[in-house]
Amino acid sequence: MVGAVALLLSLTILIPGDPATILLGPRATPETIAALHTQMGLDLPFPTRLAQFLGHAAVGDLGRDVFTGRAVAQIIAEAVPNTALLAFSAILLAVLIGIPLGALSALKPGGAVDQAIAFLSVGFVSAPSFVNSIFLLLVFALWLPWFPVLGAGNGLLDQLWHLVLPAVALAVVWIGYIARLLRSSLLEVLNEPYIRTMRAYGLPERVVLLKYALKPACIPTLAILGMGVGELLGGAVFAEVIFNRPGLGSLIYDAIQTRNYPVLQGAVLVIVMLFVLTNLLVDLSYAWVDPRVRARRASGGERSA
Amino acid sequence: MTWRRLLSELMATRAGAFGLFAVALLLIVAIFAPLLASHDPNAIAPMNRLQGPSLAHFFGTDQLGRDLYSRTVYGTRIAISVAVVVLSISLSVGILLGVTAAYAPRVIDQLILSIFDIINSFPSLILALALVAVLGAGLGNLVLLVSIVFIPQFGRVARAQTLGIRNSLYFEAEQVLGAEPWRILLQHVLPNIIGPIFVLASMNIPVVITIEAGLSFLGVGVRPPLASWGGLLHDGYTYLDQSPWLAVTAGLSLIFATLGFTLLGEALRDAIDPKLRQPR
Amino acid sequence: MTEAPLLSIRGLEIRYATERGPAQVLGGISLEIPHGSVVGIVGESGSGKSTLALALMGLLPSNASQPQGSLLFDGEELAGLSPSHRRRLRGTKMAMVFQDPMSALHPLFAIGTQMVDVQRAKYPGVGKSELWRRAAAMLTRVGVPDAALRMSRYPHEFSGGMRQRVMIAMALLVEPKLLVADEPTTALDATIEAQIVELLRDIRQEIQGSVILISHSLGLVAELCDLVVVMYAGKVVETGPVAAVFAEPRHPYTRALLGCEIDPWQAVDPSIPLPRIPGSPPDLVDPPRGCVFAARCPLRFERCSEPPPLTPAPDGRAAACWLA
Repeated sequence: MVGAVALLLSLTILIPGDPATILLGPRATPETIAALHTQMGLDLPFPTRLAQFLGHAAVGDLGRDVFTGRAVAQIIAEAVPNTALLAFSAILLAVLIGIPLGALSALKPGGAVDQAIAFLSVGFVSAPSFVNSIFLLLVFALWLPWFPVLGAGNGLLDQLWHLVLPAVALAVVWIGYIARLLRSSLLEVLNEPYIRTMRAYGLPERVVLLKYALKPACIPTLAILGMGVGELLGGAVFAEVIFNRPGLGSLIYDAIQTRNYPVLQGAVLVIVMLFVLTNLLVDLSYAWVDPRVRARRASGGERSA
Repeated sequence: MTWRRLLSELMATRAGAFGLFAVALLLIVAIFAPLLASHDPNAIAPMNRLQGPSLAHFFGTDQLGRDLYSRTVYGTRIAISVAVVVLSISLSVGILLGVTAAYAPRVIDQLILSIFDIINSFPSLILALALVAVLGAGLGNLVLLVSIVFIPQFGRVARAQTLGIRNSLYFEAEQVLGAEPWRILLQHVLPNIIGPIFVLASMNIPVVITIEAGLSFLGVGVRPPLASWGGLLHDGYTYLDQSPWLAVTAGLSLIFATLGFTLLGEALRDAIDPKLRQPR
Repeated sequence: MTEAPLLSIRGLEIRYATERGPAQVLGGISLEIPHGSVVGIVGESGSGKSTLALALMGLLPSNASQPQGSLLFDGEELAGLSPSHRRRLRGTKMAMVFQDPMSALHPLFAIGTQMVDVQRAKYPGVGKSELWRRAAAMLTRVGVPDAALRMSRYPHEFSGGMRQRVMIAMALLVEPKLLVADEPTTALDATIEAQIVELLRDIRQEIQGSVILISHSLGLVAELCDLVVVMYAGKVVETGPVAAVFAEPRHPYTRALLGCEIDPWQAVDPSIPLPRIPGSPPDLVDPPRGCVFAARCPLRFERCSEPPPLTPAPDGRAAACWLA
C-alpha cells in the first residue's frame, strides 16, 4: 500500500511542467512562482513531501482542488457513492444472470443450450465495456428512445432508469466470465466422490446440483469477482464518461484533462484503497463459505505462496 | 510440439479455427495496410463529412471527411504493433527480473516481488491511465508505460520456473559436474519458460489492444491524426447522433480483434499446456 | 433354501471405454444374494468388484457401457429401467458405504445436514427435526460420542474412523434391503479397522436386509460373512459358504490367494520367499478366450483353453474350474 502511494507521489513529481506555473498563467513573475512553490510545498525534498502527504491523508486531508480550492477529500466523497452504485449494480446484474446461465450449461454439457451459452459468453467476454456502452447507447437511447441518454437522473425511479444502460454495459463482460467459470467448476464438482454419495441416496439431480454442487463451484467465481473489482473500476471510468454520470471515473477524466493533479492523486489513491479493501473482503468471504479455511486460519494463520 | 501438429490442434475446434482465421486476417491487414487502404487515411475532405458506406468510401467517412475504411485499416496496424511491442517489452523485462529474483539473494528477491505487488495493487486500466496522464500521452509513452502493467505476470512465471529448476536435484547434479549457472539457465530454464510465457503473452494481446483503445478513446493514448480504433471510437461517440458509422466500424473492429485473439489464445493454451485446460 | 434370493445376477457384462479400446471389466457375472445374508466379494484390484457394486446401485460412470445381462432385485428387473426409476431405489431399498470417507462426505455441509438429506428419499414428508433426531440417535448407536453436538460439525473435524462410522450410520438410517459396503476399512489404519470390524459385527444382527461386503481382505470376509464370492479379472471363479471355501478351496486362484495370507503369529523364516502368484492379471481390453486364470495357474492343462462354466455342485458351492 505504502509503495503504491510512493509510486503515485513520485509520478506527480515527474510532471513535466510546473503546477505552479500552470496555475498562475503565463504572466507570472519568478517571485510569485517561488511563493506558490513554497505554499504548495513543492520546494521540499521528496521524502518530506511523501511524509507530508501520508500524514495529511491519514487525517483525511488530500489537498485541495487546484481550480476551485475545495477539499479534494470532499469532492471524492461526493463522487464515490455514484461509482459504488454503478459498480454494485453491475456486479449484481452479472451474478443474477451469470450464475443461472452457468448452471444451465452444466446440466447438459455439450447440448444445444450449452453451446449457445458458450458462444454468447465468449462474445461477451471479448467486447470491451466501452464498446458495449456506445453500442447500447446507440441502439437503446438513440434509435429506440427507451432509455435516457445522459446523466444520472433525479428521484429514485428516474435514477434507476438511468442506471440500466451503464450497468448492463459493465455487467456484460462479467456475465460471460461467470457463466463459463461456473460451468467448468460445476462440471468438475459433479465428478467428486461426495456428490456421488448424495446420488447414492436417491437425491434428485436438481437438488444435487443446486444445493450440493453449486456451493463448492461458486468458490472460484468469488475469486474472480474479487479480482474483477479492479477491472470494474476501470470500466466505470468509461461508463461514467460515456453516459455523462458523476462519479470517480468522471472525476479522474476531468482531472486529467484539466491537469488537476491533487484531484487525480486523491482519486487514484482512493481507488487503490477500495481495490485493496475489496480483495480483503473477498478473502474473508472464503472463510465464510468454506469451513475448512476457517479452521486453518484459526489454528495457524495462512501462508501465502 | 511441431508446427504442423499445433496447427491441426488449433483448427480442430470451431473456436480455434475462427481465432486463427481472424488473427491471420488482422495480421495481413496490419502488414499490408498501405496496399489495402483505398485512400490516404489522413486526407481531409470536409465536403464529404459523415457519409455512410458507399462505393467510394467502403465504410463511410468521419467528421473531417477522411475515409473510414482506410483509417480502420491503419488502425489495425497500430493496434497490433502496439500490442506486440508492449508485450515484448513486458516479457523481456519481466523475465529478466523474474530470473534475477530467483537467483539473487533474499533481499533483492523480496524487493523485486514488492515491485510486482505494487504494480498489481493498481487496477490495470487505472494504472495505465494515471501513468499516461501524468507522464504525457502519445504513442511512445503509451507503449512504455503500458508495458509496466504487464511486467509482474511474466516476472512471476519466470521466477517460479527458475526457482523450480534451481531447487531440483537435477540442477545440483549438473552443477556438481561443473556446468556454470548461466549455461544451465539457458539450457534448462528458457525452454521451460517458453510455453507458459507464450501462452500468457497471447492471452494478453486482446487486453493490450483494449487498453490502448481505451486510452486513445479517452484522449490520452494515441493522438490524432494517427488512426487508432480508440480514437475513431471517440469521434464516433462525439458524432453518434449524426452518423453511427464511425462508432460502428470502430466498435466492430475492436470486437473482431479481441474476439479473434481471445479465441486463438485459448486454443493455443489448450494445445500447448493441457494442464491449464478446462474440463469439457 | 428354496426361497427366492433377494438379488439374482445373470450374465452381467460391462465394458469401459478406454484410450486403447473397450475394456471388459465384467465378463458375464452370475451370482445370488439370499435374503438376510452377508456376502463377501473378494478379489484383487481390477477384478471388477467395485464395478459390480456401482452397477447394482446404478452409479456407473459415463464411460461405462449399458450393462448387459439380468439383474433381478427384490422381484424387479433392474436392467433396462429408466434412470429415474433406478434413482428411486437408491436411498430406499439400496444403500452404499463408500471406500474413502474423507472424500465421500461433502466438506462444506455439516454432518447433520447430510444425514438428514440422505433420509429424505426414504421418508418424504417427515420434518427435518424428526430426521435430525433419528440421525443423532443412529450416530450414538454406531459409537460416535456426543452425537448431538457432533451433528453440527463438518467432516474435516472428524477422524477417519469416526467418518466411516458416519457413513455406516447413513446407510443404516434408510434401512435398506441391500447394503453394499465397498472396502469399508481399506482407507483406515489397522487399529481403527479393528474398531470398525467390531462395529459391523455388532450391528449385523440388527440389519434386516442383506449385506454385500466387498474387500480384498480375506480375514475381514472370514470374520463377517456367511457366503463368499471370489472374483478374478471380471469373472466369478468360486462361490460358497465362507468357512467351507476357505477351509477347502476348489479353485486354484482361491487356493493361491489363501496361500498368500501371512499368519502374523508365525515367525517368518527369511530364507523362504514370501508366497505370491506369479504373473499379472490379464489385459481387459484383450481378455483371454479360455479360463481367465489359465496363464498364471499351476494346474493348467489343454482343456483350460475353453472357459469353464460356474455350475453349482450338489452341495451348493461352485467353482469355475475344469478340475473342480
